[in-house]
Amino acid sequence: MPEPVAIHARRAPILAPSASSAVRVLPAADRFVLQMKAPRGAVLPSAAGGFDLSGPLNSVRGRPERFAARLGPGEWLLVCPEGEGTATEPAIASDLAGRFFSLVAVGHRNAAFLLSGPHAADILNAGIALDLSDTAFPPGSATRTLLGKTEVVLVRVGEAFRLECWRSFAPYVHAFLQDAAREFA
Amino acid sequence: MLLVPCPYCGPRPEVEFRCGGEAHIARPADPDALDDAAWAEYLFARTSPKGVHAERWLHAHGCGRWFNALRNTVSDAFITTYEMGEPRPDITGGR
Repeated sequence: MPEPVAIHARRAPILAPSASSAVRVLPAADRFVLQMKAPRGAVLPSAAGGFDLSGPLNSVRGRPERFAARLGPGEWLLVCPEGEGTATEPAIASDLAGRFFSLVAVGHRNAAFLLSGPHAADILNAGIALDLSDTAFPPGSATRTLLGKTEVVLVRVGEAFRLECWRSFAPYVHAFLQDAAREFA
Repeated sequence: MLLVPCPYCGPRPEVEFRCGGEAHIARPADPDALDDAAWAEYLFARTSPKGVHAERWLHAHGCGRWFNALRNTVSDAFITTYEMGEPRPDITGGR
């Protein structure tokens, strides 16, 4: 087993984590993009590295701080608390040994927000064209979509909405959400 | 907003998609054997029908998958979608 590459060099977060409010900046996390295709007739593995990969497309499995979101037929976003990635990466790789897959550490690429409270969906709908009601997007849903001009990943682990966007987009997304939240303050 | 029925994700807003132009245009097996007119025909000539049109679509800001769709260019209505590589469904009219 090769030594894990130094993926865990720490970098200052783009936005300081904030205390509870309607739009919260979440602390740094370790993230991976896992891509894997099943040959015709074969089945995809249901778990790897402690992540449950068995969910259908556009669903999420796990806990709010450690989850696997299935964003495409063969694509998952894996998120775990900062520091756990060091042990998680080789664990995923060994669980998938013998398969063709790609596992990319993207912990530094993303910033995350948590939207909670009765108006979380209303705030998001200022920039997201999806139906975010409990019937159309219940807890356990996840998807990639657009918020305003930026591509985001929206994950619903529990009642609240977790929003992941690219690091350099984070100031725009944060300002966008705070602006939308003023209407419901 | 136009809803595009992604075969993997269901109906989703149009802004998440890219249209990839007309479907079922096969690259010539031996381009060297073609003269300029035939090559230009492959590159540029499209049917551009008024009515049902087979198109390629990419769910770029969603599941990231390509698929084919039949769309009525008059009403903008999507008639059906089908996987890449499948033959065009035999539908010539509709909405």
